[in-house]
Amino acid sequence: MHKYVIRRLLLAIPVLLLSSLIVFGLMRVMPGDALIALMGESGNVGQKELAKLRKDLGLDRPYHEQYLLWLWQMVSFSPGDSIFTNEPISVSLKKAIPVTLELAALAIVLGITIAVPIGVLSATRQDTTADYAGRVVAVSGLSIPDFWLATLVITFSAIWVHWIPPIGYVSFWDSPWRNLQQFLLPAAVLGYRLAAATMRMTRSTVLETLREDYVRTAWAKGLAGRIVVYKHALKNALIPVVTIIGGQLGTLLAGTFVVEQIFALPGMGRLTVEAILYRDYPVVQTNVMLVAATLVTLNLIVDLTYAWLDPRIRYQ
Amino acid sequence: MATVPLRVPLEEPAGTTINRAHALWLTMKRKPLGAVSAALLVVLVLTAIFADVLAPYDPLATQPEIRLSAPTRAHPFGTDDIGRDVLSRIIYGSRISLWVGLLAVGIGTAAGMVIGLLCGYCEGRLDLIVQRVMDAIQAIPGLVLALAIVSVLKPSTTNAMLAIAIVIIPGNSRIVRGAVLSAKQNRYVEAAQALGCRHPRIIATHILPNVTAPILVIASIWLGNAILIEATLSFLGVGTQPPTPSWGLMLSSTGRAFMEQAPWLAIFPGLAISLAVLGFNLFGDTLRDAWDPKLRRQG
Repeated sequence: MHKYVIRRLLLAIPVLLLSSLIVFGLMRVMPGDALIALMGESGNVGQKELAKLRKDLGLDRPYHEQYLLWLWQMVSFSPGDSIFTNEPISVSLKKAIPVTLELAALAIVLGITIAVPIGVLSATRQDTTADYAGRVVAVSGLSIPDFWLATLVITFSAIWVHWIPPIGYVSFWDSPWRNLQQFLLPAAVLGYRLAAATMRMTRSTVLETLREDYVRTAWAKGLAGRIVVYKHALKNALIPVVTIIGGQLGTLLAGTFVVEQIFALPGMGRLTVEAILYRDYPVVQTNVMLVAATLVTLNLIVDLTYAWLDPRIRYQ
Repeated sequence: MATVPLRVPLEEPAGTTINRAHALWLTMKRKPLGAVSAALLVVLVLTAIFADVLAPYDPLATQPEIRLSAPTRAHPFGTDDIGRDVLSRIIYGSRISLWVGLLAVGIGTAAGMVIGLLCGYCEGRLDLIVQRVMDAIQAIPGLVLALAIVSVLKPSTTNAMLAIAIVIIPGNSRIVRGAVLSAKQNRYVEAAQALGCRHPRIIATHILPNVTAPILVIASIWLGNAILIEATLSFLGVGTQPPTPSWGLMLSSTGRAFMEQAPWLAIFPGLAISLAVLGFNLFGDTLRDAWDPKLRRQG
């Protein structure tokens, strides 16, 4: 297992470095440069001020120096300041990351709690009304846009229940109840898509596992249906489900960009979308890189979990 | 004494060759959802093509006197905050969605195919380097990458389309590369190489036909995703710009602002996006079942 962990860690480093090069390169592809693109739109910044700003931001240095400097800033957790608000990016991130983490964690918990039982029910009652209903819910989850579902949820909870989630972020430690009220709906919207993909995978893997010889043996021994399904079949069927959840983490992170915007949650997604709209390139490049690094790390954890669950993988 | 056959058959035993259209037809007959999705897509395409004829009003014409009017016989999907007919805007919006989807997937698939073919055929160092670059691009979630690209290029429909195309490339190149690596193992490819055929000819006549099925399957699935990403970019304000009728933009501009007062502004554009994406997802599944059962588990 140690060798496998080291090999996977070594493979993740070049991917991260290449991702950083892509993100950095992307921000430099901008016609003219980032500053002119930003300031040019306001039209009232003189050449002298532009030159000074360019120097302050290090944009007058050669590209390789700018890249190495940015890489160093990222590694040392001090990724510079926002052009737009002048606030250090690390300070904004410190406020935004817990919001996104809470939202994503709640969405994962809600998604899996819904998906696995429905997936198992769909598989054990194949081709019944319950199965068709489960499959319709799953396919819809993959087709309904997050932003539409979020808009509908807010609209109809306002019209029918006369309730909308409280506005103005409150941390869990300050007021757990108010915080949960704020996060429950966005997490449910975000969790639905994750649940849809997981539900489909759980159904197909449980169906496959139920046809295995050892499950037939369990039935033949006269074990109760619940024990056969939950103790014998589900454990093995869940291995590929872990991969699907891993694969969905990127979609989940991207989903936070939209859902945070709609529910006015001050997380990473909202911070990045606002930076994109204001063309605040240091914030954009830092946040996009951070998302990539998070995703690579999460995928690494998923792979390691997978290897831990299935010994055949780590001995390959 | 063992007898040796006089003529050793040089060709592989011929399997039952089923025409692709026939295979698709058989799958649709077996799975009616496939036929439903195909019908949905036909309606979408016809709506986009004949938008001028089908739309009851000009999608940009404003009638402030009937602003925010609920669905009526004259305006089945109601009107927006400046009195534009929502149905007409949705009909015209199908053009944007389909156009962006088709072009983005076309560009992304073509580029992915070229990269995948080169990597799979040449292997070696080129393959190693290019695949690591693809890994690096895939490390950034599609929507986030598209957002970053659009932020660099300035918000517009064309730039959103370009961004989506770039997002599509790595996944497609992977699938083509895999299909090429497997096609290369065929004896007829070895035979062509032994006969001294040139590489472009081998790629074009012996390998390419083997990778078209997975490419078409993946492209059909990507079409739904491309429509979804375009709608999301427009919703976030970095895709199609007003007053062009785009489904995502309709939801963000008027749909959200008047969602309590006029919920139809949020319901119908979202329904249109969902149905289009659902159609492409289900049709992609059907194509996959018909043409490429090996891909089933990857979906």
